[in-house]
Amino acid sequence: MSLVGGSLLLVFGLSRGGRSGALAALGGGALIYRAARGRSLLYDALGLREEPTHVARVASLAHCRGVTVRRTVAINKPVEEVYAFWRAFENLPRFMRHLESVTCDGPRRSRWVARAPAGRRVTWDAEIVDERPNELIAWRSLDDADIRNAGAVAFERGPGGRGTTIRVSLAYAPPGGKFAAVIAKLFGEEPSQQVQDDLRRLKHLMEAGEVPTTEGQPRGES
Amino acid sequence: MKAVCWYGAGDLRVERAPDPEILNPHDAIVRVTRAAICGSDLHLFGGFIPMMKSGDILGHEFMGEVVEVGAATTAVKRGDRVVVPFAIACGQCFFCQRELPSLCDNTNPNAGTLEKLYGASGSGVFGSSHLYGGDAGGQAEYVRVPFADVGALKIPEGVDDEQALFLSDILPTGYMAAENCTIRSGDVVAVWGCGPVGQFAIRSAYMLGAERVIAIDRFPERLHMAETHGKAEVLNDEDLDAVEELRDRTGGRGPDACIDAVGMEAHGTGVAALYDRAKQAVRLETDRPTALREALHACRKGGTVSIPGVYGGYVDTLPLGAAFAKGLTIRMGQTHVHRYMRPLLNASSAARSIRPS
Repeated sequence: MSLVGGSLLLVFGLSRGGRSGALAALGGGALIYRAARGRSLLYDALGLREEPTHVARVASLAHCRGVTVRRTVAINKPVEEVYAFWRAFENLPRFMRHLESVTCDGPRRSRWVARAPAGRRVTWDAEIVDERPNELIAWRSLDDADIRNAGAVAFERGPGGRGTTIRVSLAYAPPGGKFAAVIAKLFGEEPSQQVQDDLRRLKHLMEAGEVPTTEGQPRGES
Repeated sequence: MKAVCWYGAGDLRVERAPDPEILNPHDAIVRVTRAAICGSDLHLFGGFIPMMKSGDILGHEFMGEVVEVGAATTAVKRGDRVVVPFAIACGQCFFCQRELPSLCDNTNPNAGTLEKLYGASGSGVFGSSHLYGGDAGGQAEYVRVPFADVGALKIPEGVDDEQALFLSDILPTGYMAAENCTIRSGDVVAVWGCGPVGQFAIRSAYMLGAERVIAIDRFPERLHMAETHGKAEVLNDEDLDAVEELRDRTGGRGPDACIDAVGMEAHGTGVAALYDRAKQAVRLETDRPTALREALHACRKGGTVSIPGVYGGYVDTLPLGAAFAKGLTIRMGQTHVHRYMRPLLNASSAARSIRPS
């Protein structure tokens, strides 16, 4: 529920703009963050244990016109290694196919460049809104972004020392006008499949050191 | 180069194709010196496996000489004579580290498609459907081998090509089928299908302690080979009801273990076989599980049914009630070739107990 509520708030906040919008978006981000962590800050503060929540898929967001995706992947590497790889945002385009580059300006700010149709590019600036080493990174685009978005990734040690489980939540505000086409291109009809494919590429890179491919292999002439 | 290419059901041709190039740092290029045809090539030839593309190069049983290596390939060197497993494995993932390389997480570029069909994807496989990655195969003059350090096994001097070639699939497949039966001394093992996998399963069952192996097929020449080379008792299931006959030969108890080395294109007789043919023809059923049905019916209580034969989709009227009532163990899956290549190389070169040629 945290994820659903958080995403709704976030999409609402991002689309509304201004101070109240930003507050709503942040609130939404915190709830997504909670969903990503699987427990609430409140419970933590009170020292209570809470059963991990398994958030349902968020198909109901369809009427909201926004895009929210939540996916998870198990990676057979220590949590420190996976966290460090993701925290170096420059690495994200190595597995997120729609990204061309991410450049860091300072410890919390970054500039993102995504590929758009017809060779165009979309850029935005983002800031890290929360990070806990080896546990969580949450970020959101700054207010002037054309495609307002937020993301959170939580890192958990796998059971019995079995590598790392990561849970990713990504939310995109409903784009208007010319960006409607861009977002359709970037995320296609199955955004959750695209994120799943991105996370699989991350797994390939981290575990095997390369992404398997057959592009460029021979085939019989006809 | 020249290569065996797939152009549709029943349409294979030797055509020209560009030479393969290194695409990833852990690749090697192998000049193929020997390649074999597998029963699963027949499933591709027959058009039973989806996601084949025109011009695909077949072949997943091959060996040869390394002629080029990628930047991160260190164990395998130019000039090495190697045999290569049909499944491609990274050596690093959860499954590879548990010696389940044919379930590797990191070698199927189209894993997403298989995840939709099966919920998870196994490893990439050479010369197969794009469901399994579509890596160009080794029935060609040259082949690109991903993760060559993990897969390609250097063949020692004194082991000839024809002994080594069958380590790529068929010998480990027959062996794993028998190993999956957890054979105890004195066991009776029944093997459906006396093609190459069945022949190797028969010998492997004896190697692992079986006292009697009963081989089932409908082709006299295959049964003859199982009898003369494999030392198996034989049963032609066109003449006899296999389930009844197996009971009769085991004092009514049934074989301790049953191996289905036939798979999805079984040729049965009777009403069930007609039913499978009809449903498969209109794509209401993808696989014809005649051998598997018989194995489940015939196996003794508490016994094991081992399935090296390939299944691809859905089967009907599987007697799960019989399997449950008898408390059967069922084991199956693509062969973890990497796990068996070296021990079987030693077994076949030292004892010379298995000479495929």
